[in-house]
Amino acid sequence: MAALLETHDLSLRFGGVNALSEVSLSIEENSLHAIIGPNGAGKTSLFNCLTGYYKPTSGTVSFQGKDITRMSAAGVASLGIRRTFQNIRVFPKMTVLENVLAGAHLRASANLLAIMVGTPGFRRSERDLHEYAMTSLEFVGLGEQATKFAGDLPYGMRKRMELARALIADPKLVLLDEPAAGVSSVEREELTRVISRIHDNGISVALIEHDVELVMGIATDVTVLDNGRIIASGRPYDVRNNPDVIRAYMGRSRK
Amino acid sequence: MELFLTEIANGLFLGAFFALVAVGYSMVYGILRLINFAHGDFFMVAAFVSYTILGAVAVGHAHMVWFTVIWVGLLVMFLTGLLAVLANRLIYHPMRRAALLSLMIAALGLSQVLENGVLNIPSWGSAFLTYPVTSPATGFTIGPTHFTWFQLIIVVISGLLSLGVYLLVSRTLLGKAMRAVSEDRVAAALMGINVDLVIAVVFFIGGALAGAAAVMTGVYYGQINYLMGWTVGLEAFTAAVLGGIGNIGGAVLGGVVLGIAQSVGTGLFGAEWALVVTFVVLVLLLWLRPTGILGERVARRM
Amino acid sequence: MVLAALVPHMTGNQYYLSVAYQAEVLICLAIGLNLVVGYCGLLDLGFAAFFAIGAYTTGILSVDRHWTILATILPGVAIAVVCAVIIGLPTLRLRSDYLAVVTLGFGLIIQTIASNLTQTGGPTGIYGIPVLTVGRIVIQSATSFYYLFLILLVLFVFISLRVRNSRIGRAWLCIREDEDAAQAMGIKIHRYKMYAYMGGAVMGSVAGALYAPALTAISPPSFGFSESLLILMAVAIGGMGSVWGAILGGGIVVILPEAFRQFAQARLLIFGAVLIIIMMTRPRGLFPEGAFRGTATRLRERFNDRSPPRPLVAPPEAAVRDASSEGP
Repeated sequence: MAALLETHDLSLRFGGVNALSEVSLSIEENSLHAIIGPNGAGKTSLFNCLTGYYKPTSGTVSFQGKDITRMSAAGVASLGIRRTFQNIRVFPKMTVLENVLAGAHLRASANLLAIMVGTPGFRRSERDLHEYAMTSLEFVGLGEQATKFAGDLPYGMRKRMELARALIADPKLVLLDEPAAGVSSVEREELTRVISRIHDNGISVALIEHDVELVMGIATDVTVLDNGRIIASGRPYDVRNNPDVIRAYMGRSRK
Repeated sequence: MELFLTEIANGLFLGAFFALVAVGYSMVYGILRLINFAHGDFFMVAAFVSYTILGAVAVGHAHMVWFTVIWVGLLVMFLTGLLAVLANRLIYHPMRRAALLSLMIAALGLSQVLENGVLNIPSWGSAFLTYPVTSPATGFTIGPTHFTWFQLIIVVISGLLSLGVYLLVSRTLLGKAMRAVSEDRVAAALMGINVDLVIAVVFFIGGALAGAAAVMTGVYYGQINYLMGWTVGLEAFTAAVLGGIGNIGGAVLGGVVLGIAQSVGTGLFGAEWALVVTFVVLVLLLWLRPTGILGERVARRM
Repeated sequence: MVLAALVPHMTGNQYYLSVAYQAEVLICLAIGLNLVVGYCGLLDLGFAAFFAIGAYTTGILSVDRHWTILATILPGVAIAVVCAVIIGLPTLRLRSDYLAVVTLGFGLIIQTIASNLTQTGGPTGIYGIPVLTVGRIVIQSATSFYYLFLILLVLFVFISLRVRNSRIGRAWLCIREDEDAAQAMGIKIHRYKMYAYMGGAVMGSVAGALYAPALTAISPPSFGFSESLLILMAVAIGGMGSVWGAILGGGIVVILPEAFRQFAQARLLIFGAVLIIIMMTRPRGLFPEGAFRGTATRLRERFNDRSPPRPLVAPPEAAVRDASSEGP
């Protein structure tokens, strides 16, 4: 299978802290790639490097063979990579529908004249977008909430909305940062199902998660980070039984 | 050339005032991300309050007057600090959850209230009032330029106060608390820091510094006016940005640089263009070095 | 969108009408500023500068070069946009707080230039601005200006709403709400901030160009910080991010001082106090966006056909089948 997103010796340093050290991983097309590791391992930092929010100190990131290391966040998004945030970033004073429409920014008509005049072409484009948005919302089970303000939604719904917002863009790859954190077990099951469905639809998924059980259930590949380094990578079963991984989660043993 | 040096020297003294006001501005911004547009007006109110107090109290011989000025100065510093704390308590604190935009607009409103409040108080009004105490012209000469003792005192006092604040922020526990709150308010609160108190202290210090600057300005320039706060506030904020917002040393440096720029600019282009010079300098700087000369000290969360 | 059209009732009283069209001008300016501050969240404290640019360009070209008023509108807009770009390019890249100070400075710079250049008439300004004629219609009386600015107002509202409900408007809102998340949508924030600022410049300068013949004489004091603050108050009090709020705010801001005429000196004091109180109790203004939104959408839903979504080419196509079979 072709590698969709690759990093090569990616390193990120903040002052005296090595957030990432020589991370080389590869996210294959059509995979569901989980990135796990203890807190502070650098998982979110990795995502930020992949999506153009942080510029790595050294190393490269490439997408479909193209170097995107220094690309801006908006640039990365335009390539078909979408992400969610660990501390969900919704647009609170916009409605749920508008939040999802925002995700479709790149697909909407940008012709100022058409917008001001209200040409049929523009109207049609807007109508289509509204329908796509509703479809996305229904996919994550939020169809009823379209007119509510995003800031008024409970936590679990906001997480799902973030997903819908990512999906409407017809992405090739979605990076989900702890999508199941802080939700009830019922929500967690639902989210897992949704994520599986996303994967089934041909979208590659990279997933940061703490819930190892969840991950083992649906992931095709797993990479384990600890202290900014990869300590294991491969099929879920292999990684799970890797002694280094167990030690990382359980704590250091005396050598 | 001689004129140029004098302008630079004047700029230095002007800068000393800017620096004091800028430090207060910078600190409040550092801790709250708020551009307190009313800060310059705290300075102005302080000038007027000191004017009234000195007018009532400072009658006597020359050497007695200086003693009076000092304790009135300290009193005014204290009162201005209180004013700042009060402004925070009444307006900014209740609005702490509102959007920054709304806070800044409220600050603008406060600025208008203070300015027009002073305008409407009968004994103050819109005229330029002569300060009851003026600085003596006695001084000394270095090379072609003549300095007065008072100018030296201004620089020394400004320097000491700024240094004091700097030491407070970098060496004391309170300073550490301030830095913590400015980085992450929630985490600081979770660590047991009384965030509201820290914020109040920051306002107090800023106000007190502005008060000191106000008294010195009154004595040095001899005149006060209800609009003086607005221009000074603007210039002080520019100075803070110039040096690196949130950064005390930067505020001081920015103040001095700006003072000199203004002084030279006034000499070259005339007084009306002084503010324009300020802004051109600011825009140029932002273009070339967005974080200010010494770099900003405001944390960015991702 | 439901457009509440204001029916102009003629009182025939020229004084009231002149107050009314002043209000309309302010509302137009507020709608322009609303693009910048309300939609995009950029604090602009020097909006009067664009107003001044439009007015002075018209003044200079019509008085010194004998251009017709209408012909002077475009150059005014062009200059305003160029200035917006010059100011915006370095500053919009930085945090919005810096923009506040720079725009303030820009406003001051324009006012200083206007006061000190001979071409702009110095402190006394430009007088003898010719009469505005559109084709055969002469616009000179308060009544006709009332209608002129009413038309402009409606036009601005129309444009504002149109843009708001397009990708441009949504992008602005996203930038206002959360810049980082906006980038994740592929929104080029610097570019869109520029658009907002430029949009404001266009509206401000057009209003200025048409205001010059209304006053027939313009001078620097009308274009200072107080004016910028007034426009900002209109947006802030009326409701940020909403054209209707801008209209309401503009009305309030013009009517209040008329009502408080006798307190001439204390007017600004009261203004300031009102501003503070409103910011404290309603930080986003009296009628910020969303106040009517829910109603409009609910109305629309009630009257429109609610057909189920058709299967689409958009992703995830399989999801439509899954969604209907599995449910939330």
